[in-house]
Amino acid sequence: MAGCLPAVPTQRGATCDVTFSVNGVARTLRIDPRTTLLDAVRDELGLTGSKKGCDQGQCGACTMLVEGRRINSCLTFAVMHEGDEITTIEGLGSQDALHPMQAAFIEHDGLQCGYCTPGQICSAVGAIDEIRRGVPSHVSPDLNRLDRLDEEIRERMSGNICRCAAYPNIVSAIRDVMEAQQ
Amino acid sequence: MRQFTYERVSSPSEAVQAFAQTPGARYIAGGTNLIDLMKLGIEAPGHLIDVNDIGLDGIDDTPEGGIRIGALVRKSDVATDPRIRSGYPVLARALVSGASGQLRNKATVGGNLLQRTRCLYFYSGDLPCNKRQPGSGCAAQEGMSRGLAVIGGSNACIATYPSDMAVALRVLDAEVETLLPNGTTKRIGLADFHALPGDTPHVESVLDPGELITAVVVPKPLGGIQRYLKLRDRASYAFANVSIAMIAHFDSEDLDAVRVAFGGMAPRPWRKEAAEAGISFAASPADHIMDIAFEGAKPTEHNAFKLPLARRALAILLDEARVSATS
Repeated sequence: MAGCLPAVPTQRGATCDVTFSVNGVARTLRIDPRTTLLDAVRDELGLTGSKKGCDQGQCGACTMLVEGRRINSCLTFAVMHEGDEITTIEGLGSQDALHPMQAAFIEHDGLQCGYCTPGQICSAVGAIDEIRRGVPSHVSPDLNRLDRLDEEIRERMSGNICRCAAYPNIVSAIRDVMEAQQ
Repeated sequence: MRQFTYERVSSPSEAVQAFAQTPGARYIAGGTNLIDLMKLGIEAPGHLIDVNDIGLDGIDDTPEGGIRIGALVRKSDVATDPRIRSGYPVLARALVSGASGQLRNKATVGGNLLQRTRCLYFYSGDLPCNKRQPGSGCAAQEGMSRGLAVIGGSNACIATYPSDMAVALRVLDAEVETLLPNGTTKRIGLADFHALPGDTPHVESVLDPGELITAVVVPKPLGGIQRYLKLRDRASYAFANVSIAMIAHFDSEDLDAVRVAFGGMAPRPWRKEAAEAGISFAASPADHIMDIAFEGAKPTEHNAFKLPLARRALAILLDEARVSATS
């Protein structure tokens, strides 16, 4: 069997087994180690909410929450996530029970074509958690305190690009969720 | 992407042993730079050694009063650590000025030290680049060199080293701790860590094959006014045209001592200690530092703007620091 057990190198061209949890469901995949987390989730698991934009970490459309933290799923191999808890847009909420961030994006019209939206929403959820955990940002005037909320949101969301330039409404949506949580 | 074999190791010694058994292997940690380059075929390792589970993910106090940052600590976690924010604000500021939130959550301290250049020609597989393909030539010399080096380059390469973090580590006199495949450990001053291109621009650091970065050690906090200024084409998520890491000490209004390192201008964080010596006697400290630190600079038509930009920025930074020191 071509496994990827710790300290057992795979044979060239072989597949690897990896098990992780996606949206609370344990999934085991047998995949080429070249498969990114994004491709594994979209193509192997059929969860196509996460989008492939640039495939090089510049646009943020592929953003997922891995172990509770937002990352670019296009810049990591699926085999590197053995045992990880992964949340995609499909795991945040459903049509019947929207996540507050999803509801806020609808309320504030924070999208036009919608292609970047799953990444924007996952990123925003991650960003709010970072603020809660005290992660500083480039625009925080004091590394231990933040007080200019819109500037903070724009800076912290700079890894997510919106081709339709829905930015003002995206900022409004995120601010609304943050204020509601305070 | 070229096929590769993959293994996960569980300790630093296992990592270097795995390397010894598979020449041409690469360690992978955050992978944000390596995977991008593998997709483009610029990096094509035959074997990947995943080092994410080998520990090295803590930030510890050193007996000397400084701090030891494990090689696998993520950039966002370094910037968030209260000891870094209070003792080394220049480092926290540099870290949060780089990349995006998503990348900072994944990219590691060790990987960032080995981040490769963003030179357009390095990324363009159909154009010559001595760094990517030794001996093929350098398309940047006569090409679009706006983002490239004004000093420290050679006829073979004028690429810049893109890290912000390392510019701050350079003013802090940090050292890089490594483990070699033969089991010995080393400490390398950041001043010596990155190689200048010369005739071998593909050699970017003094690390030996298989040498694993295990930590970055920063001496005890220096206090003073610490600043990291990054000037770039966008407000966020862009590499520096010019960046300045500065630690300044004032005696009331008088500048007593200063340390300055520049990013975005050279193949490594650019600092000249000679430019800092006797600064309290300089009539114009910014000019004094720039004149010495950039003596012999060879800017191109496209990047000559960086020199006056850095000079003006440093003058403003020093003026602003003086105000902070006296208010």
